[in-house]
Amino acid sequence: MPRGIAMTARSSHEAATVVRVRVPSPLRSYTGAAEVGIAVPVLAPELPPTVGGVLASIDGAYPGLRFRIVDEQGDVRRHIKLFVGNALTRDLATPIPAGEVLMIVAALSGG
Amino acid sequence: MARSPAAARPAPARSMRLLLATRKGLWTLTSDLARNGWRLAGPQFLGHIVHHAVADPRNRRTLLAAARTGHLGPTVFRSRDNGRTWKEAVRPPAFAQGSGRIVDHTFWLAAGHADEPDVFYAGTSPQGLFRSGDAGATWEGVEGFNAHPQRKAWCGGDQDGTPDGAKLHSILIDPRDPRHLYIGMSGGGVFESVDGGGDWRPLNRGVRADFLPDPAPEYGHDPHCVRFAGGNPDRLYQQNHCGIYRLDRPGDTWQEIGATMPKSVGSVGFPLAVDPRDPESLWVLPMDGTSVWPRTSPGGRPAVYRSRDGGKSWKRQDQGLPRSQGWWTVKRQAMTTDGRDPTGIYFGTTSGEVWGSRDEGRSFRCLARHLPHIYAVEVAAE
Repeated sequence: MPRGIAMTARSSHEAATVVRVRVPSPLRSYTGAAEVGIAVPVLAPELPPTVGGVLASIDGAYPGLRFRIVDEQGDVRRHIKLFVGNALTRDLATPIPAGEVLMIVAALSGG
Repeated sequence: MARSPAAARPAPARSMRLLLATRKGLWTLTSDLARNGWRLAGPQFLGHIVHHAVADPRNRRTLLAAARTGHLGPTVFRSRDNGRTWKEAVRPPAFAQGSGRIVDHTFWLAAGHADEPDVFYAGTSPQGLFRSGDAGATWEGVEGFNAHPQRKAWCGGDQDGTPDGAKLHSILIDPRDPRHLYIGMSGGGVFESVDGGGDWRPLNRGVRADFLPDPAPEYGHDPHCVRFAGGNPDRLYQQNHCGIYRLDRPGDTWQEIGATMPKSVGSVGFPLAVDPRDPESLWVLPMDGTSVWPRTSPGGRPAVYRSRDGGKSWKRQDQGLPRSQGWWTVKRQAMTTDGRDPTGIYFGTTSGEVWGSRDEGRSFRCLARHLPHIYAVEVAAE
């Protein structure tokens, strides 16, 4: 495993896939690392993990993180951008193909 | 051995501390009880927008701070060791799923009744009321307000309101009855609940709203800051967008007390502070509300105005403050008083200066400068 990548714990009896997530500096007080591996439960072999599934799991590993980037109505907050690979998405149902990275970007504007 | 009630109270304060909530983090100013030498410490939460930080008057351990950043959602931090360490709320204030509403930031924090030692209230932007029963760890919406069928009529849409976002503020808990609450809303007005937040009614009679088609509506007003008179929860003072007011309960009609302010200064402002030892005594800090509402010290000459007779008359207090070219803005949470004798008064400017008086406003001096935009100044005894 590369240096600086934290892995979440997962139970041995539950099938899970690990998605790598790149974390912007404003959220590293939660993760302590610029990149984390998040174990996401596999619901069915043919169903890839989704952005929403990763964010649910990341909140289990780092409580409070999800609410800083997704509001209480389930929408991605205004100054947050999410990329699956190189594709920008605001849809939490977006699937994450095997090997792709979820990147969280916190866009600043003004002073 | 049974503990006497006196033994349960905190020991007498040994020093004074001010909590300075700013647009870029939290600072503190600490002094001995003579209030002579102030020492600045911080920042904590550097880069976070801290709208309010309060100390729990029921103990000398608990602090809460409402924070967000320019890109991340809102949260509340809490300390049980007087600010040495902080933990994020497990469940910060958030509207009910399916309501379609989003908390932009928590704006106002208030400690609950003395008989409910871990209860706090939070007011948000846009207008929402939240309650914590565990000293800020988890927050629940006060649905008697948030889901009230009249709420939208009272408040307007979430995009309405002040330039920095519509707000619920001035959460007042009657020291004689934890179920008797008041709130202020910009916009919306002042509202009262007598059943712990289950139901609410407007309490704005007598207050002008000259920015509305009907200048005397039942609700829709813009109170900027509402306080209990010192030692008398049957009297409220209000700095409003349209003047300064006083309400003596059980009456329900506010009396305008700002009309006796000098015409050249006006009666517009944001904060209002009371003397904890004298219900007749209060301070306002006027801002220019003419033309396009500069919201700066009138004429560039900052001053506070004090009344010692419940608002019948006012006296200008500006000794030590700039005589000219002082174009300050002081926000509604950024002026407060301490409980010492003589009463101390403190305020912070959006240009990052903190000024204080230890003689009830007769003279002021600068306690700190070069800080970020100050949102709130609160006293915490140590």
